Amino acid sequence: MSKIFQNATEALYDVGDNMTIILGGFGLCGIPENSIAALVKKGVSGLTCISNNAGVDDFGLGLLLKNHQIKKMIASYVGENAEFERQLLSGELEVELIPQGTLAERCRATAAGIPAFFTPAGYGTEVAEGKEVREFDGKMYIMEKRFHADFSIIKAWKGDTNGNLIYKAATRNFNLPMAGAGKITIAEVEELVPAGE
Amino acid sequence: MLDKNGIAKRIARELQDGFYVNLGIGIPTLVANYVPENIHVTFQSENGMLGMGPFPFEGEEDADVINAGKQTVTMMPGGVYFDSATSFAMIRGEHVDLTVLGAMEVSETGDIANWKIPGKMVKGMGGAMDLVASAKNIIVAMQHVNKAGESKLLPKCTLPLTGIACVKKIVTELAFLEVTADGFKLIERAPGVNVEDIQKATLGKLIIEGEIPEMVI
Repeated sequence: MSKIFQNATEALYDVGDNMTIILGGFGLCGIPENSIAALVKKGVSGLTCISNNAGVDDFGLGLLLKNHQIKKMIASYVGENAEFERQLLSGELEVELIPQGTLAERCRATAAGIPAFFTPAGYGTEVAEGKEVREFDGKMYIMEKRFHADFSIIKAWKGDTNGNLIYKAATRNFNLPMAGAGKITIAEVEELVPAGE
Repeated sequence: MLDKNGIAKRIARELQDGFYVNLGIGIPTLVANYVPENIHVTFQSENGMLGMGPFPFEGEEDADVINAGKQTVTMMPGGVYFDSATSFAMIRGEHVDLTVLGAMEVSETGDIANWKIPGKMVKGMGGAMDLVASAKNIIVAMQHVNKAGESKLLPKCTLPLTGIACVKKIVTELAFLEVTADGFKLIERAPGVNVEDIQKATLGKLIIEGEIPEMVI
């Protein structure tokens, strides 16, 4: 079975309305931009998107937002996007903000089959509300759970025909822990090489 | 009174040889410009760099090499790139010696608020909650009062918290203070600022013991 698709539209064929998608990148670095453009074109709606940021007004997830294709956004930092802030404050968009390290670890845990873990991040803040709190070695921690996502869409520099990936410089960011976090992972690569090369 | 660079310069004097340091967005980023010559520190950027260097020269920017503030930066020789989960393992695992970040409010017990103004501004906490929950040493760089002239050093934070009982030191345009079990302890005055100015701008409990020296920048 080949894992290779000639373009983003074909690769994203099974992505449907109301699905949960995990998307890689940090700021504008390592964003699966062609896949996002294909989702805009495809017109899927009601999406729950899990990503560190929400893009800017005219790039990355900002494009899906502008089109009102996202129902819920789970992210750690959403500054630099005026449309996002507008939709959030007006209540059009459901938003869950979580600490960046917790987001990364929840992705890693999801991919690694770990249902939950404890972190000190957010203890004593509104992030801890409704979560189990436990003390370990005199320090307080809150329990965070893995995600359940249909697709991970990530960006890499080189990929081979077996699906092995390598990344350039600081584009590893969330792309690496998000690989394998969705039931299906779609990697957008700059260069495709034969397996083993 | 200190300008932004003055605040950064004073904080840079808190750096120690061999430190791994994470600098937040804004004034904290400027600290990297004033590392004392006789020491070596390594900068960690939570998006996945250890050994982050200065900003690139014009024309040499690489869009794949950015800091946590999304500005293009450079990598020092021997530096390393890694993913976000590894990055926060370093932070959560207390392998970062010093974190410098900005704040909207700090309480006299060391609580910090810097990520949200309900109904007005929601940018998110980014990595700040992870950093303040785990860094051994946290220095806040901020203005002493907000744009409305209200003190940002309070008995208790009024904005949603980022972390509790975590801030160790604060440098503002007026003063250098330490957070102690009894409140904000005034350590140094900024050049040309007197103790009464600092007292007037501080709503939380301010401890003044003896003669307060003027800062050496």
